[in-house]
Amino acid sequence: MTYLSDVAALARKDLTLELRARDTLPAMLLFVLSTLVIFHFVLPADSSELAAKGLLWVAIVFTALLGLSRAFTAEREQDVIDGLVLATRDRSAIWLGKALSILVFLVLAEVVALPAFALFFTDVGGGTIAGVVLADLGIWAVGTLLAAMATASRARELLLPLIFLPLAIPIVIGGVGASVAGHPGKYVAFLGLYDAIFALVAWGSFDYVVTE
Amino acid sequence: MTGTVPDMAPSGRAARDTSSQYSCGVICARGLEKRFGERRVLRGVEFDVPRAGFLLVTGPNGSGKTTLLRICAGLAAPTAGELVADVERARVGFLAHEPLVYRELTALENLDLYGRLYRIPERRERTGMLLERFGLWDERHTRAASYSRGMLQRLALCRTLLHEPELLVLDEPFSSLDDEGAALLDRELEERRANASFVVATHDPDRVRPYATSHLALA
Repeated sequence: MTYLSDVAALARKDLTLELRARDTLPAMLLFVLSTLVIFHFVLPADSSELAAKGLLWVAIVFTALLGLSRAFTAEREQDVIDGLVLATRDRSAIWLGKALSILVFLVLAEVVALPAFALFFTDVGGGTIAGVVLADLGIWAVGTLLAAMATASRARELLLPLIFLPLAIPIVIGGVGASVAGHPGKYVAFLGLYDAIFALVAWGSFDYVVTE
Repeated sequence: MTGTVPDMAPSGRAARDTSSQYSCGVICARGLEKRFGERRVLRGVEFDVPRAGFLLVTGPNGSGKTTLLRICAGLAAPTAGELVADVERARVGFLAHEPLVYRELTALENLDLYGRLYRIPERRERTGMLLERFGLWDERHTRAASYSRGMLQRLALCRTLLHEPELLVLDEPFSSLDDEGAALLDRELEERRANASFVVATHDPDRVRPYATSHLALA
């Protein structure tokens, strides 16, 4: 039994909780579909592909925010985070396990959102898909850490968007660039660099976030 | 245990100093202080719990018992002073006000998760034995959300004892337990007192006074 088996046990637990409670993924799916439908009617028919892709990224970021706001609900309401902190040899396993489950929810939401976007607006190319995959990793890394930080605060619902959205700006820039640029390579590389840096920062600093 | 002061030392001026220049048992504190903003919850707390020692912590509401226990368990850091623990974090059993279990998981699933995280080699056998001992075996496939408060406390005790901790930090352990549950806990304390050290906070000190080797009264 290793670090990775701790991570797997924690991620499996989150997926089991979601299968039973069903309080995060259905909300994310409903939100992203509703947003795309609203944008479909709001955006003028002759609007550019750039505008449509921009709206896709707005929908993705806010859907992710919805999922992140629910990420540590079970741990917060029942104080289980204390038990996990004591039981895990390396506390970063809590972050990684939670981040993996959030990633699964986000990918499932996008599996529905991208075809819906193609139906309402325009085709989704390879650059967009690469951008979405890398953006998910960035959201996964930084979002989970910030969700854990916000959980410790009484103003968590207010705090999470305030600290997450500024840090998500590079993700939106890279994602939109990868979606619309003729040569998306540099945007994809930028997103990859962002993911690597923030994954390392989040992995290394989680220990301090969960100790008073 | 000797050397434990029954009340606060007069000052909390000791700085955070990890160079321990005195002998310490399983866990000891010198000049421990904890602040939450401007509010000072603990001041100048000193104690020493040797192996197989039992520290009884008492005090009125708001005196800092829970905060002290969280510091002992490694869940909170003192603002000043020094806490030295000669025990791995994974060998600490912490019973809190909340049971620290997921309400949407069954008792078996909760204990299996903790058993995996504590890396207990025979976790299924150990889990089954504890559930049986605490009278939860028949309800092992029931989600914790439908447990009564007393059953949750029993499940919390199973979780706390699952990994055979060397240091048991118990916050109001008899809370919500019926007579049978309290008797079970008495038996556990009796059986473990030779092999484990205890820090126990309670509003009912008479209940655990027979086990106590020292007493810390927080004001």
